[in-house]
Amino acid sequence: MIESLGAHVAALYSAKPGSVHAPSIDYAALSPILIVLGAACLGIVVEAFSPRRARRAIQFVLAVAALLTAGAAVVWQAGANLTTASGAVAIDSAGLFFQGSIIVLGLLAVLLIAEQKLERGGAFAVQPAGPDRSVSSGTGGVGGTQGAGVAGGAGGMASSESVRVPTNTEVFPLTMFALAGMLLFVTANDLLVMFVALEVLSLPLYLLCGLARRRRLLSQEAAMKYFLLGAFASAFFLYGVALLYGYAGTVSLGGIAGAIAHGPSPTLGGHASQTLLLLGLSLLIVGLLFKAGAAPFHSWTPDVYQGAPTPITALMAACTKVAAFGAIARVLYICFDKAAQDWRPILITVAIVTMVTGAVLAITQTDIKRLLAYSSIANAGFILTGTVTLSAAGLSATMFYLVAYGFMTLGALGVVMTVRDAGGEANHISRWAGLARRSPAVAGVMTFFLLAFAGIPLTSGFTSKFAVFSAAFGAGRLELVIVGVIASMVLVFPYLRLVVLMYAAEPAADSATVQLPGGPTRLAIAVGALATLALGVAPGPLLQLASNAAHFVA
Amino acid sequence: MSPTYYLILAAALFTIGAVGVLVRRNAIVVFMCVELMLNALNLTLVTFSRINGTLDGQVMAFFVMVVAAAEVVIGLAIIMAIFRSRSSTSVDDANILKY
Repeated sequence: MIESLGAHVAALYSAKPGSVHAPSIDYAALSPILIVLGAACLGIVVEAFSPRRARRAIQFVLAVAALLTAGAAVVWQAGANLTTASGAVAIDSAGLFFQGSIIVLGLLAVLLIAEQKLERGGAFAVQPAGPDRSVSSGTGGVGGTQGAGVAGGAGGMASSESVRVPTNTEVFPLTMFALAGMLLFVTANDLLVMFVALEVLSLPLYLLCGLARRRRLLSQEAAMKYFLLGAFASAFFLYGVALLYGYAGTVSLGGIAGAIAHGPSPTLGGHASQTLLLLGLSLLIVGLLFKAGAAPFHSWTPDVYQGAPTPITALMAACTKVAAFGAIARVLYICFDKAAQDWRPILITVAIVTMVTGAVLAITQTDIKRLLAYSSIANAGFILTGTVTLSAAGLSATMFYLVAYGFMTLGALGVVMTVRDAGGEANHISRWAGLARRSPAVAGVMTFFLLAFAGIPLTSGFTSKFAVFSAAFGAGRLELVIVGVIASMVLVFPYLRLVVLMYAAEPAADSATVQLPGGPTRLAIAVGALATLALGVAPGPLLQLASNAAHFVA
Repeated sequence: MSPTYYLILAAALFTIGAVGVLVRRNAIVVFMCVELMLNALNLTLVTFSRINGTLDGQVMAFFVMVVAAAEVVIGLAIIMAIFRSRSSTSVDDANILKY
């Protein structure tokens, strides 16, 4: 099989030292990534040197300022269509659109993370490794999901006596590192850069999942599950990269696409073996679909979404989704479009299985965060419906859907943060009974988000679903449209059940109450609700922007 | 000796690692199996580098090692946190989150 290597190896080892040229780097094009990454590094310095009392304010201002600046840099780069750093990073209109979405949604997530009024000292533990003293940690799985959902309801009052509760401020730099990884992930034009970005975005998220102040065992368990499964999935991703390197002799997306179209380049080596291509492609896609939370690689999603602190759940549901689908779209559209007949049947099956799994399992959920997690799985299926069409309409529908879904889910999880009892958030659905009697405004906002999830007209849920389904229909994928519409109808049931529970049910004696959140959370919920309404009533501008931006640099 | 043998060895190691992740109970051992998978694919990268006659694969192996080291730091920190609150690193004991 491999006798033809002699000449190449001889040429390789006789190459003169010193003939390496540093690649030219377009710093302006990379500025959004560099700003966020720089703010993350600066945040660590702040953590080390600033006085404890001022630390939280400094970190918050630094994070918000960096994200605003990075957003301005994305706008400034609008229209760019180039690759830089020897073709390792592609700054193109689709990449900039994804970057802009990640920055806007990340900004809202940072507002939720900064919430202090609902929980003294914020939602994050300062010493996450120790046992949780404020909550009786004996959940131990005794009561099943019910026990886990309302764990420690009685023990939560212990910490409220102390005057000054220490605050965890390390979450801000960790969030910024994760966001920087996401910004690089959607513009990576090279599988090695994509892998490094994948890890830069994942590693801080693993830690953030384990930092909850309340229900610490759940949080730590979520972190461990996410970490072990995430590391497992990234090993698959990398093995795919290694096999594709063997196939094409390069890991640049354009190089692999060229090898698929014209056979491997003679100067790079590589073997035009279908086995290497198909194995590498499938392993690579497994790693990416894991991050996107698509079935059958979805099993971490409910556990992690439930166990993680709610602001981090919002960050993952909104921003990680954008990043994962940005990378999936880039890989499929530029790298493997010539091999579409090989992977498309499989990915269509994955999309169908994802929609059905998410919709059916959402019905049985009793925990609001798990319900939103299964909803996010089903939504991953809807987004994949738009992506697999490989058409410009499909790509722009995917982009629009990601933004619309991000605003919805951030707002909904922001509302979840405010419904509380003495033990922290009251996530069990039965605790939401009769919420509308006590807090009509909050119940109304939540109802609006749930209707948007259900895809009712005049919300962004309707326009985004319409966009992906019409793109799939236009590409002749009728099976996806049929399953998608049925799955959306099934999903209406769990959403409306919660609405009915909030309005029609009598409030029980132990029903949760709504606490008034601080300004940042209120702002985040308001922006989420307004964006959901605006994208439903007047989706034109964003749809136009998405369809103008639906273009990858080759 | 044909470099193909190294690819087969790497595939075998990767499979052993993947099976280990699925069947072992201790979080540390599961994590070591992930590391075994990463090392197997490093071997794949270096072998393909030799076969293709380019240095890219060797450079990528260094990147993988660095990222794996960073992953160890995060992973052991999480497993330590679990161990301090549960006195156990068994992945079967961490079963509050389900259904």
